[in-house]
Amino acid sequence: MKTARVAYQGHVHYAKITDKGLELENGKSVQEDEVVWLPPVEPHTCFALGLNYKDHASELSFEAPEEPLIFLKGSNTFTGHRGFTKRPADVTNMHYECELAVIIGKKAENVSKEDAWDYVAGYTIANDYAFRDYLENYYRPNLRVKNRDDSTPLGPWFVSRDDIDNPMNLTLRTYINGEIVQEGSTKDMIFDIPTLIEYLSDFMTLQPNDVILTGTPKGTVDTKVGDEVVTEIEGLGRLKNTVIA
Amino acid sequence: MPNARANFGGTRQNSVIQLDAGEVLSEESQIEEDICNPPVTGMVYGTLLNYKGVLEQMRDELHEPPYKAPPKAPILYIKPENTYLGHKGIIPLPNDADEVVIGASIGIVIGKKAARIKKEEAFDYVEGYTVVNDVGLPHKSVFRPAVKEKARNGFCPIGPWVIERTAVPDINDVETRVYINGQLEQHNSTRNLVRSVQELLQDVTEFMTLNEGDVLMVGVPENPPAAENNDNIRIEVENIGVLENRIQKKV
Repeated sequence: MKTARVAYQGHVHYAKITDKGLELENGKSVQEDEVVWLPPVEPHTCFALGLNYKDHASELSFEAPEEPLIFLKGSNTFTGHRGFTKRPADVTNMHYECELAVIIGKKAENVSKEDAWDYVAGYTIANDYAFRDYLENYYRPNLRVKNRDDSTPLGPWFVSRDDIDNPMNLTLRTYINGEIVQEGSTKDMIFDIPTLIEYLSDFMTLQPNDVILTGTPKGTVDTKVGDEVVTEIEGLGRLKNTVIA
Repeated sequence: MPNARANFGGTRQNSVIQLDAGEVLSEESQIEEDICNPPVTGMVYGTLLNYKGVLEQMRDELHEPPYKAPPKAPILYIKPENTYLGHKGIIPLPNDADEVVIGASIGIVIGKKAARIKKEEAFDYVEGYTVVNDVGLPHKSVFRPAVKEKARNGFCPIGPWVIERTAVPDINDVETRVYINGQLEQHNSTRNLVRSVQELLQDVTEFMTLNEGDVLMVGVPENPPAAENNDNIRIEVENIGVLENRIQKKV
């Protein structure tokens, strides 16, 4: 099942995605452009992975890490489908990152890889923008690069775990103004989803609505003001964002 | 007489209490309940390398790989929800650790949404201050985010209360002391901050919004003491309060 979180006529609704559009809890059907799209979950703790695809690691001239490279995100950084992300005037390289986002469904402590899927509620798409001009070599990548306001679009909707047969074999694509600029597959993750859940739950407790952004494959290029950036994952959907000044 | 906002153990709502002079750091706090919940609900952000003594100790390394250059913008990190712990709560010592490092910090509690604010008006956005213990496993390198070291369950005691901003005459001249089992192990002052509280708020909100209820730690002074199983940790911050916790091995 696909469920969106939207604002419509002054209220926040969970909406089912149907052939006719969006169906609110009260049965009313609305169109995509009649609502404000919110992130489909309000993340509690949000983890993000750096360098989790071999080809992206080499693209950035890094060795593939031996242990997951994890950083955290704050609540200010999320925005929904059809949202807008600011490109600061002094930035020369702001690139998108199409990522499979995993939503945790229940409290997870010391979970083994074999049991890890039981703790997954579902998935959504993330665009984990990076503003590379601001990189410094302290707790890298730091929050000025990865936690700017509205710079992590999430959505368009939540997809239940059982709707996706094999999350470790999904094609990811990014389009700028309709042109394909990034393509990869979740099968090329260095640390796959069960490994990440085992790794994280070994040293801390995960809670429902914790989110793991699992990293991006090769093919990250600069965006410009006015660009429409669509990050797409097979079976999940297409998340649209526009870069603004 | 300063007011403080606390969240007592077993209750959901906050209470405002009035403190008499001398009570802020008193040995027997007037809090009758044993345990307080963390008095904050938003994000908790830490600031790295914001004490001059820390930078001084790293002076030779700052230009070498992997750092290559001294930091320019504030370096921040996030203490996630699983780390929050109240006053008098037990800090679980992980099974893979013999000791933890005690990071004594003042937490700036945000009173209203702060985006791109100027240092001259920064205090308008501050509700008050609290004491934060940024517990971590020892780690020397600060090249990569220290999530595994800093995000363990219970690794961020906060409290006991949020004291109103006006109770602190000058937040950039406040003494911090860490006692382990009654012994003074660290003593420093916010006079030694690299970025003052108002400069930090200005420079952080230049790139990210701080929301009401968020906490921004001003930083941890050099030579943070280590603590072991069964140690009692007491962080005293002048005019703000005393945060006390014990470390106990997980069973």
